[in-house]
Amino acid sequence: MPGTVEILQAGPMMTVQDAGRRGYLRYGVSASGPMDRDSFAVANALVGNDADCAVLEFALTGGTLRLSQDRTVAITGGMVDIAAQGARLAPWAAHRVRAGSEIHIGALRGAVWGYVAISGGIETEPVMGSRATHLRSAIGGHEGRRLEPGDILPVGEDTGAPLRRLVSPLRPQGGRIAVIPGPQDDYFDEAAWSLFLSKPFTVASMRDRMAMMLDGVPVRAHRGHDIVSDGTLMGSIQVPSSGRLIVLMADRQSTGGYPKIATVASADLPRLAQAPSGSPVRFHRITAARGEELEREARARLERVLAELAET
Amino acid sequence: MPDIQPEAFPRFAACGDRALAVELSDRVDETVNETVLALARALEDGPPDGLDEIVPTYRSLLVFYDPVRTGHGELAEAIRARLDSLPQIERAGGELSIPVHYGGEACLDLEEMAASKGMDREEVIALHLSGDYRVYMIGFAPGFAYLGGLPDALHTPRKPAPRQRVPEGAVGIGGAQACVNSVASPSAWHFIGQTPLKLFDPHRERPFLLSAGDRVRFRRVGADEFADIEERIANGDTGLERDG
Repeated sequence: MPGTVEILQAGPMMTVQDAGRRGYLRYGVSASGPMDRDSFAVANALVGNDADCAVLEFALTGGTLRLSQDRTVAITGGMVDIAAQGARLAPWAAHRVRAGSEIHIGALRGAVWGYVAISGGIETEPVMGSRATHLRSAIGGHEGRRLEPGDILPVGEDTGAPLRRLVSPLRPQGGRIAVIPGPQDDYFDEAAWSLFLSKPFTVASMRDRMAMMLDGVPVRAHRGHDIVSDGTLMGSIQVPSSGRLIVLMADRQSTGGYPKIATVASADLPRLAQAPSGSPVRFHRITAARGEELEREARARLERVLAELAET
Repeated sequence: MPDIQPEAFPRFAACGDRALAVELSDRVDETVNETVLALARALEDGPPDGLDEIVPTYRSLLVFYDPVRTGHGELAEAIRARLDSLPQIERAGGELSIPVHYGGEACLDLEEMAASKGMDREEVIALHLSGDYRVYMIGFAPGFAYLGGLPDALHTPRKPAPRQRVPEGAVGIGGAQACVNSVASPSAWHFIGQTPLKLFDPHRERPFLLSAGDRVRFRRVGADEFADIEERIANGDTGLERDG
């Protein structure tokens, strides 16, 4: 009999996410996948899952879950209160949870996106090669939608991995976000660039898996705010005619008609995604070559962190 | 390379540290788009090391790469070489006929559009049917088709504010472009009809009906035939085989 996880209570944005959907961008299907790939990777590693196993992603608050069989569970993303079987459980660590007991996951502190990995992974039916939920086109995950109380999802075979916990810190907090100019950096004059790089912006509460809005001084494109639509990626910073910055995220539309002043460096995307609403964001400019170097370092650092998980 | 401004293009613009925008022009042009599609095919047939995924658009390609295996400079050189040796461009796409019912729930703006142009409904419909359309790109949402070839008299600027929900299959006009919606979504375009075809069905063997490069003609159907085709599609048919 396959295992299941039942959703008894769900935070406002709990979805099934795996490493993302690849190969369908040219058909308008964006990758989806985790908003914070590092926390996602740590969650899977803690319970002994493969790197692309599906987990539950939630925003701000978790909820209550119940497993039908004994499984190892880990919750990552930020600091959060977790309780199961009458005990408090630490985040960023694997715990053995018995069949039938309820896991209560509270509100994240200092972070936005949380990850619940269950040994064996969530095994909903893949759509176009992935279990990642894309909410707007209603594909993947569980019926292509947010999870609700009463949903029961299949869970794969237990991994039998030893219980482990994170010992090295995952990444530094705060600091400027690196951006690489382009592809429409020439739509913005020196004055606009100077504002963009010198002023603080604030993460608006209007945000979801598609995009983050940033409040602050309006940034104007002297060549206009309409381009012939072209491709976008996670981290593209679009500037519509309001001058309000839009950072595209995992569920973004695959093409767009607003000029993009810059792209957030891949290495800094998880940190930006986890910036709480109301927190300040400052940008600094780097070259694409430097961005590639930072990304290689970030991946090597993540590998190191995963290799150093300690048995509890 | 045909009809591409030689000094300015191709232009290789950084899209962060794991994608490169290869721009062949800054405007919408069929020849440019043919070159975009030919380059996409060439890159797929012989992918440079580290190449990940390609998104061909109107006038450019977004090329994703793995920064552990390659870099933007290296990749730009490889793409420049492909561009220099691009084979004679041949029309890649198929030819499709798309049934449209100029009525029903997606016929949201036909009256208003006719009035604004001093035409009657039938004139707008006849003009729309007369177009010889081409799919320039698929984007925005899964299977959403951006079409060129809309007769000039039907060009209409987008609405100042988007509608919150336009039905699946809605056939629309935005500026000089035409479109067929794939999934229900918000839109500021003008909608004059609906196709029963499902441009996107993730559970079908071929999830997407249209590809960039396809030629499209619209064919008028009434409410009854719309319902018939819809029923056939519900029974697992693509709805395409009776066309043409």
